[in-house]
Amino acid sequence: MRFKTAIAAGLASMLALAGCTGGGAAPTAAPAPTTGAPAASEAPATEGGAGGDVGVFTWWAEGSEKAGLAELEKQFKEKYPNDTFVNLAVAGGAGSNAKAKLAADLENNNPPDSFQGHAGAELFDYISANQLEPVNDVIEGLGAASVFPQNLLDLITVDGNIYSVPSNVHRSNVVWANPAVLEQGGVGNEAPADIDAWLADMQKLKDAGVETPLAVGTAPWTQLHLFESVLLAELGTDDYNGLFTDGDWNSPKVASAVDKYAKLLDFANTGGADDWPQATDMVIDGKAAYNVMGDWAVAQFTEKGKTDGTDYIYYPTPGTDGTFLFLADSFTLPVGAKNPEGAKDWLNLVGSAEGQKAFNITKGSIPARTDVPADDFPAYQKTAMESFSNDKIASSIAHGAATQMAWSADMTTALSKFVSDRDQASFVSALAAAAGTYR
Amino acid sequence: MVAPSIVLVIVFVYGLIGQNIATSLERVTTRTFAGNERVVSEGGIANYQLLLADERYQHALWNLLVLTVVFVGGTMLFGVIWALLLEKGVTAEGFFRSVYLFPMAVSFIASGTVWKWLLSPGIGDHEAIGLNRLFLLLGLPELQSRWWSDPGPFNMAAMALPAVWQLSGYVMALFLAGFRGISVDQREAARVDGASEWRIYRHVLFPQLSPIALSALIIIGHMSMKTFDLIYAIAGQNNYVADVPSTLMWVQLFQQGNAPTAAANATILLLIVAVVVVPYLIYTNRTERVAKR
Repeated sequence: MRFKTAIAAGLASMLALAGCTGGGAAPTAAPAPTTGAPAASEAPATEGGAGGDVGVFTWWAEGSEKAGLAELEKQFKEKYPNDTFVNLAVAGGAGSNAKAKLAADLENNNPPDSFQGHAGAELFDYISANQLEPVNDVIEGLGAASVFPQNLLDLITVDGNIYSVPSNVHRSNVVWANPAVLEQGGVGNEAPADIDAWLADMQKLKDAGVETPLAVGTAPWTQLHLFESVLLAELGTDDYNGLFTDGDWNSPKVASAVDKYAKLLDFANTGGADDWPQATDMVIDGKAAYNVMGDWAVAQFTEKGKTDGTDYIYYPTPGTDGTFLFLADSFTLPVGAKNPEGAKDWLNLVGSAEGQKAFNITKGSIPARTDVPADDFPAYQKTAMESFSNDKIASSIAHGAATQMAWSADMTTALSKFVSDRDQASFVSALAAAAGTYR
Repeated sequence: MVAPSIVLVIVFVYGLIGQNIATSLERVTTRTFAGNERVVSEGGIANYQLLLADERYQHALWNLLVLTVVFVGGTMLFGVIWALLLEKGVTAEGFFRSVYLFPMAVSFIASGTVWKWLLSPGIGDHEAIGLNRLFLLLGLPELQSRWWSDPGPFNMAAMALPAVWQLSGYVMALFLAGFRGISVDQREAARVDGASEWRIYRHVLFPQLSPIALSALIIIGHMSMKTFDLIYAIAGQNNYVADVPSTLMWVQLFQQGNAPTAAANATILLLIVAVVVVPYLIYTNRTERVAKR
C-alpha cells in the first residue's frame, strides 16, 4: 500500500517536472546589426535631452521584445545622455497583465512618463478618459505623412489629434506551414486561393494520416486571432473594415465566416497547445501542417534553427492575399507625466528611423516608418515591408487596432463559448450584440 | 489598545465595503467607437437586475455551485479518510502528515500552472499531454477527458481537482486535531462496554467532531466562493467556460471598464459568502455562551 503511494507520488512529480521543461520556451533575440546611417535627422528639443528620469512602461519583458527594448535603451542613452531611462516593463503576453497595472496607475494619477499601447482603437479608452496628451508636435517634427503611411496616421488620429507615436508594425494574417507535412498529403507549397480550397487541402492531409492539419492555441486570444483572418477572407477588406463603423454583423457573409471557422476548428487540435508558442511548435515539429499566427512567429522558427523556404513556408491566410491585417505598437505621453520633456525625447527616439531600424530588426517586426531601408532586414521582414507599403490595410481585432478593449473582450468571451459549444447562431448574435453596444 | 485596530477595520474593511456598494449603484455607461457615451443603466437597483439577468453571470453562478460542491465534498472526504488512517497510529506519522499538508504551502498560482498542463484537454495519441497522456500510458484511454474545457454543464468539477489536492491536507489536520482532543479514556470506556470499533467512531467520536466538520465546511466553502487565482492560472483570462463570479468581476473591471457592474458582482458575492458565514458565527457565539455558563 505504502509502496504504491510512493510510486504514485513519484509519477506525479515526474509529470510535473516534464511539464515545466516542455512549455514556455521564450524566443531569444536574433543578433542585431545596428550600423547604418539614419535616413532623416531629427533635432531633439534640447541637445542631449531634457534631463531627469524617464519612466517607460511596456509589456516587453522577455524574448525578442525585451532585446528590442534594450536596443532602444542603448540608443536613448547615447542620444540623450542627460536623461535616465527607467524600465517599467510588466510581463505577460499581449500586455494582459500590464494593462491592469497601467489602468490602476492612471486612475491614481501616477502615470509613467510614456507607456506602450496598441495603436488604434485600444488607445481610444485612454483618450476619452482624458489620460493622454496629443503629440502632434512630435509627429510633425518626425515628418508626419512624409515618413509614416497616411492610412496608419488616419487610424491613430482622433478629432484631428494624434496621441501616440507608432514604433513597429506586425502582420496578423500569416499562415505558417511545414512543407514536409504538406508533402505527406500531396499538398503543394503554393497558397490555396480561398478558405474552401484550404479546407479541401486539410481534408487531403487528414486522409493521408495527418491527425492535426491546423494547430491552434487554447488561449482565447489565439482563437480570436484565427477568427479575424477568416472574417477578413470571407468579407473582403472593405466590408471587414466596415464592421467597425456601420457594417452588418448579421449579414450572411459573417455567418458564412463563422461556419468556415467551425470547419477549420474541426481540423484543429483541441488541446495540447496553451498559447501561440506551443501551437507554432506543432508546425515546427511536424505535428501539424498549418498555424495562423502573427509574424512574431518567425522568431520562433529562427530560434529553432529552421530555414526559411525549406523547413517552413508562409503566405497570407487564404482569401486575404493583397491585404495587410495590421497591428502596431505605439508610445504615448500621459496627462500628468512627471517628465514630459524627457518623455518627448523618448518619443522622438522611438519615431526616428534609426531607432525603428534597430528595434524592429531585433524584435522581428517591421518599422512603422516607410523610409527605413529594407536591406538589412531578414527575408520574411523584407516581404512584410513590401506588402505594408503596397497592400490594402485592415485592422486587427485581437490586437487592439480595430476595436476598443471592452469590445474585443466581449468578442473573446463569445468566441471562447463558441469553441466549447459550437453554437453558430448564438455566436453570431453575440457578435452583433457586442457591436451594438460598443460602436 | 483595541481602538486603533477597530478604527483601521472600520475604515479599510467596512468603509471600503460601503464604497463598493456605492459604486455598484452608479450609472453604467459604455463609450462607443464614435466617442458617444451610451447609458446602459441609470444606476441604482437596476444594475443588480441587469447583472442577475445576464446569461453569462448565471452561467458563472452555476459554475461556482458545481465547483463548490465538488471542492467541499472532495476535501471533506479525503480529509476524513486521511485523518482516520493517521489517527490509528501509523509509523512515521509525522512524515505522512507533512506529505498530505505540503500542497497547502504551494500558492494557487504555482499549482494552477502545473495543473493547467495536467488538465490539458487534448485527447488521443497525437495531442494528449498531462493526465490524459498518463491514462494512455496506463492503457486506460477511455478515462481521457477534456476536463474543464468540456462543453457539458459539470465541467467545473474538473477545476475542483487541484483545489481538492491542495486543501484536503488542511481538512485532515483539522480532523486529526479533533481526534487527538478526545481523551483516550472515552474509547477505553467504550471498549470495556464491548463496543465495536465502528460503533466507537459512529457514536462516541464523530458526534464530538461535528463542530470541527462545520468549521472545515465553512472555511473550505468560503474559500471556494472566492477562488480567483487558481482559475485565472488554469483557464486564462476571459474564458467563458470557466467563468465564476470572481473571474467575471476581473473581466468586468479591467477589460470592459465597467466598475458599477463589477462592484454589483462583488456585493452579491459578499452576500453569498455572508449567507454561509454569518449563521456559523451566530452558532459559534451561542455555543460559546452555553459553554461559559
